[in-house]
Amino acid sequence: MIMEKLRGADIFVRALADEGVKHLFGYPGGAVLHIYDALYKQTAVEHILVRHEQGATHAADGYARATGEPGVVLVTSGPGITNAITGIATAYMDSIPMVVFSGQVPRGVIGNDAFQEVDAVGISRPCVKHNFLVKDVRDLASTIKKAFYIAKTGRPGPVLVDIPKDVTADMCEYNYPAEVNMRSYQPITDGEPDQIKRAIKLILSAKKPIIYTGGGVVLGEASDQLTSFTQTLGYPITNTLMGLGSYPATDKQFIGMLGMHGTYEANMAMHHCDVLIAIGARFDDRVTGDLEHFCPFAKIIHIDIDPASISKNVPVDIPIVGNVKSVLTAMNSQLLTKLNEIDSGAITAWWAMIKEWQSIDCLKFDRKSDKIKPQYVIETLCKLTKGDAYITSDVGQHQMWAAQFYKFNKPRRWINSGGLGTMGFGMPAAMGVKVAFPNECVVCITGEASLVMCIQELSTCLQYNLPIKIVLLNNRYMGMVRQWQEFFYDKRYSHSYMDALPDFIKLAESFGHMGLQAEKSSDVIDVLTEGLARTDKLVLMNFVTDQAENVYPMIAAGKGHHEMHLSPEREMA
Amino acid sequence: MRHILSLLVENEAGALSRISGLFSARAYNIESLTVAPTNDDSVSRMTIVTVGSDPVVEQITKQVNKLVDVIKVVDLNEMRHIEREVLLIKVDSNKIQKEVLEPIVKEFEGKIVDDSENTFTIELVGNGGKLDKFIQQINTNCIIEVVRSGVSGIALGASAIKF
Repeated sequence: MIMEKLRGADIFVRALADEGVKHLFGYPGGAVLHIYDALYKQTAVEHILVRHEQGATHAADGYARATGEPGVVLVTSGPGITNAITGIATAYMDSIPMVVFSGQVPRGVIGNDAFQEVDAVGISRPCVKHNFLVKDVRDLASTIKKAFYIAKTGRPGPVLVDIPKDVTADMCEYNYPAEVNMRSYQPITDGEPDQIKRAIKLILSAKKPIIYTGGGVVLGEASDQLTSFTQTLGYPITNTLMGLGSYPATDKQFIGMLGMHGTYEANMAMHHCDVLIAIGARFDDRVTGDLEHFCPFAKIIHIDIDPASISKNVPVDIPIVGNVKSVLTAMNSQLLTKLNEIDSGAITAWWAMIKEWQSIDCLKFDRKSDKIKPQYVIETLCKLTKGDAYITSDVGQHQMWAAQFYKFNKPRRWINSGGLGTMGFGMPAAMGVKVAFPNECVVCITGEASLVMCIQELSTCLQYNLPIKIVLLNNRYMGMVRQWQEFFYDKRYSHSYMDALPDFIKLAESFGHMGLQAEKSSDVIDVLTEGLARTDKLVLMNFVTDQAENVYPMIAAGKGHHEMHLSPEREMA
Repeated sequence: MRHILSLLVENEAGALSRISGLFSARAYNIESLTVAPTNDDSVSRMTIVTVGSDPVVEQITKQVNKLVDVIKVVDLNEMRHIEREVLLIKVDSNKIQKEVLEPIVKEFEGKIVDDSENTFTIELVGNGGKLDKFIQQINTNCIIEVVRSGVSGIALGASAIKF
């Protein structure tokens, strides 16, 4: 059979369709014009035209976090790819599967400082899982296959494929490989059985155990296994910022998020535990605080798909390298017959200690104030959406309040830039989630400093009818910067205020959307109710919040879990 | 402690920059790095000499192993091994007499590979310490240039790095 020859650009589009890609976030330019022409002639892949390449990567990232499928991006050479780098690095730090295609200048002029030329492979190398430069059209389809395979297997991550313009004009036969086999890339899936046995023995012998889980449980689709594991044992569980939703937050065994702005009970339980069961978490510095004081009494078990995560920051007693889902499944089946070995007396006493810490009510805030308390806005949002909305956030105080006060009961509902901490992430990410789930409620919780960093995407939301909700906690400050300056720089608020802010209502309206304003606490319910009810419109809700509010509890950088600051009222109590 | 890592990597453009980039991005030390294709021209063998505490070297090994182009990584310190380096050195024949040079070269089992009008070029193979010692024996004034290949290493006995 003689196979039909296709142009590189058509091969590209066919390969995406064969890979099952439904949506592509992109922005055209010279080096990708052949590809854009091929996109014009087909219907399998829907292209969403963003307003800035950073928006494309965040949207694809939000799409990937919500669906579990790789987000896909297409940008041009030079500034197209450099604009995308922040979004690629954001995905890399949180291990999000993403495939980014960048145009490149024709092969003959690579290295000649051609118009819109940049070394995309070089500039992206430190923030991708892997990248490729396609030098021959005959390698195009197989490279695309490999890119998706690498992005979504093992510890996921972004993969960049750089395609010179002339490659997209060359012709060859199209053949999309059914599978990939790479001798140099074979991710480990199952945990070592002996290590699992050792871990179970230690888990059952614990007197003050805690389960500490991260984004790996979400990425590894292991929430059900984690829930069953935790509830079988009856042990307390805490989640990292990235792990929220992988265990139901409203369950009684959940003791809140841990770390710098984690709950008092979670951090104290970490400090006092004798067995730490870390699952799909990477002992990030925002979680551990001072390593010298980290879990000083604990034996540590660590389950992770990435061997390099194990004993990177904290030495581990029992490492288990493997897919979290497969390891937890194995553990769950072995635990069933051994539950009588649990020291139930010790566990009851441990829970009594935890209850004592919980009674401090570390997340308490002033409910009588006329000023809008940001915590109250999020708490109300959680009630009105029954804890079931897709919530994206930007970075800073509002992000921490969202993590503390929105009770996530399902995985993939909480979408934020945890590792890189990218301001400007939230709104385009919400846009990406809405593309994936047009009938779901998608809310971006943001601050006025973060929101304006990618504000241009309001235009994309109009064009593609993506009626997300924006909950803007507007305190006229870069709140977290101001908080640190208040605590550690003697209130010298150096460049952390936002003077000359736009009128956000008019701003939303000028982009064709709707704006609602809340000035005092009593406005909150009405504004949220009205905004959420307008399912046909993008609604920007501007909450003018208490400027002085701080995020508590707080562990200062370099301090241990037992050295938390509580809010001033709490500290006095 | 000094460790010698031996790697098998895909012989592809960019593999070297991924590895050297990893070392600089994560602030790992690199004392020397050598790379060349093997008998299988799709595979390159790389030897990296690095210095770090055991946990750091363990982390380096894992991070290197994680790179998609890397097929295998072995820490040669964990087995009996030898390391060898090639030294090429050019000296000014007006400043050192052949009668002085030859016995030193002989003692170190080297070879004068070029005897030109004003220069001698010497080739020497050995571990780093031996090369250092040889260079110390030659008066600095005579040395025109020194080229060292960096360390290559291989395990002794039956152990071999295969995939």
